[in-house]
Amino acid sequence: MLGGDGKRLKGFDVKVENVSRAFGDFKALDDVSIEIKRGEFFSLLGPSGCGKTTLLRIIAGFDNPDSGSVLLDGKNILHLPPEKRPVNTVFQSYALFPHLSTYENIAFPLRLKKIGEKELDAKVQEYLHLVQLEGHETKKPSMLSGGQRQRVAIARALINEPNVLLLDEPLSALDAKLRQNLLVELDHLHDQIGVTFIYVTHDQSEALSVSDRIAVMNHGKVLQIGEPFEIYENPATDFVARFIGETNLFPAVVRKCVPLHDYFLTTLYIEELESEILVTDYDNLPVGQHVSFTVRPEKMKITTDKPTHVSKDINLFRGIIEEPIYSGFQSKYYVLLDNGTIMKVIQQHANYMDEGPEIEWKEQVYVSWSAEDGYIVEVVDS
Amino acid sequence: MKRERQLGIIYSAPMGLWLTIFFLIPISIIVIYSFLKKGLYGGVEWQFTLKAYQEMFNPAFLKVLWRTLWVSVVATAITLLLALPCGYAMARSRHQIFWLALIIVPFWTNSLIRIYAWIAILSSEGFINELLLSLGIIKESLSLIYNQQAVITVLVYINIPFAILPLFTTIDKFDFQLLEAARDLGATKRKAIFKVLLPSIRSGIITALIFTFIPIFGAYTTPLLVGGKDSYMIGNIIVDQVTKTRNWPLASAFSLIITLLSTLGVIWILVSGMQDKAKGVVK
Ligand SMILES: Nc1ncnc2c1ncn2[C@@H]1O[C@H](COP(=O)(O)OP(=O)(O)OP(=O)(O)O)[C@@H](O)[C@H]1O
Ligand SMILES: [Mg+2]
Repeated sequence: MLGGDGKRLKGFDVKVENVSRAFGDFKALDDVSIEIKRGEFFSLLGPSGCGKTTLLRIIAGFDNPDSGSVLLDGKNILHLPPEKRPVNTVFQSYALFPHLSTYENIAFPLRLKKIGEKELDAKVQEYLHLVQLEGHETKKPSMLSGGQRQRVAIARALINEPNVLLLDEPLSALDAKLRQNLLVELDHLHDQIGVTFIYVTHDQSEALSVSDRIAVMNHGKVLQIGEPFEIYENPATDFVARFIGETNLFPAVVRKCVPLHDYFLTTLYIEELESEILVTDYDNLPVGQHVSFTVRPEKMKITTDKPTHVSKDINLFRGIIEEPIYSGFQSKYYVLLDNGTIMKVIQQHANYMDEGPEIEWKEQVYVSWSAEDGYIVEVVDS
Repeated sequence: MKRERQLGIIYSAPMGLWLTIFFLIPISIIVIYSFLKKGLYGGVEWQFTLKAYQEMFNPAFLKVLWRTLWVSVVATAITLLLALPCGYAMARSRHQIFWLALIIVPFWTNSLIRIYAWIAILSSEGFINELLLSLGIIKESLSLIYNQQAVITVLVYINIPFAILPLFTTIDKFDFQLLEAARDLGATKRKAIFKVLLPSIRSGIITALIFTFIPIFGAYTTPLLVGGKDSYMIGNIIVDQVTKTRNWPLASAFSLIITLLSTLGVIWILVSGMQDKAKGVVK
């Protein structure tokens, strides 16, 4: 039991500085800089092939960057071989040793250190208990379920008491239900042991639900680093907006920018909607500036009757229901606006009384949202 | 149901026929001959005797038997030690087809001719001696041939493909990420190979062991062509007994001993392999 503040182990901070890595002409990582705080649950989020695994491999020591440095607790670790780094990895496919039992897989790092049999056994039992695998000691990996394998991989990676744990899509091989449970378990484990977690995933809901902070990557570049709500509510680029959750995204031009309290009420002209809309923003954008505008489907209201009291900062459009998709706790509607554009709108079914009449296919509806619920995500230079 | 059983017999008939003609009948002949009396000019007389087995305990023969075992163990060990890195490199290479072709192409040449090629390389006016002499590294030809080392060298050369191929196929199926996992968990490169790679390719190693040990143990041409008087192996004795001394029962007895010894060896390798595998479940 190491480490202060009741945590089992000690987390290190990780600094990735201007790391680039190319395979031939292809830039897998392009000038990546990330600062991860000690003990943080940090996620690398991005689509397949964006360089997440490449970055993890560089931190773990299986690959070397062409330029840049990686600092752990302030010390450059790039010259160290993998076995000398205080970092352990839970691999994408777990990489459990097929010829060893659960017990021996977890004991593997200790056997290398030649510690006494008694001490070894106590330690292995402790970690078997931590990941709740008691009773499965003698099973070979091929006899374990997917979730159990994942737990062996985690126990094996933690028994060396690393300061940073790298997890490469550890849940991707599991079914949706199990994923949810294990994600929560992982979160608890992180709280218990206090090690810095670097968690790689291409599943935005996973990243949003457990991370302290997230780095969104695409094509080897980091696009935005922030807390989950920042990334969701205030995406830095239209890629981030599109990748995190569902959204409606349009190119737009600034028409007017009026200061209002501590922000600016901005009027945008959106070509696709053949109309102007209102949005609040913190920047005073020049008239004529090209931007991207986004509004999340769940931020919009959908009604069959035209709203009677429309305040000034509400954007309102009329359309017909092109396709309603019912999924239990919510419904998603594709609304074909009068000007020919499709808007995605999500309505939560929280409370039956609130909902009003059912909305049906081909029915005429009104779609509205307030200026505060839309965002200008990216200033497009042109 | 009944029909199916009859079909089963029909399906397995060719295999049974094959085994009977090429395995059971020859072995039976050998067993029977070894218990018969030697004919005057070769052949046998139909009279039961244990004479062949008594003759085997001739110290000269025992010496050869002992030497055969020793040469086989050394040659097999060298073959495996060389074949392992070769198989590993091939499995990791992007040009697997090329390397496989390089290994298979020599089989298109008769093994006798390949042994003669080695004579040309090793003999006192051979390639190596000429080269060293012309470079002035040596003054007199080295005796590289007609001794035990030459026999072992050529045995290794001839048998190494049979070790490389099974090793290559198992290493090719090995998940190399396991080596990274081992490194990640604190193993050095060496430790990762010994603790993870070798146990994982156990079946390939066992196959390679069997495929090389047995032919080396029964070797005949190689010691005859590149060995000296001190490199006689059991295979040579058997041939001598058949063609020169004309003692067929003794030749049969020796053949039987070779077969028994190699069978026992294979069983021992397989059994100990199984036990170690079961030991993976510690505690
Ligand atoms: N050894 C290599 N040689 C050549 N290209 C490579 C190599 N390793 C990775 N790449 C390329 O680099 C890019 C990034 O790969 P990486 O494995 O980091 O993706 P990822 O973000 O982990 O994707 P996924 O979510 O599918 O695991 C990919 O386009 C891949 O083809
Ligand atoms: Mg990956």
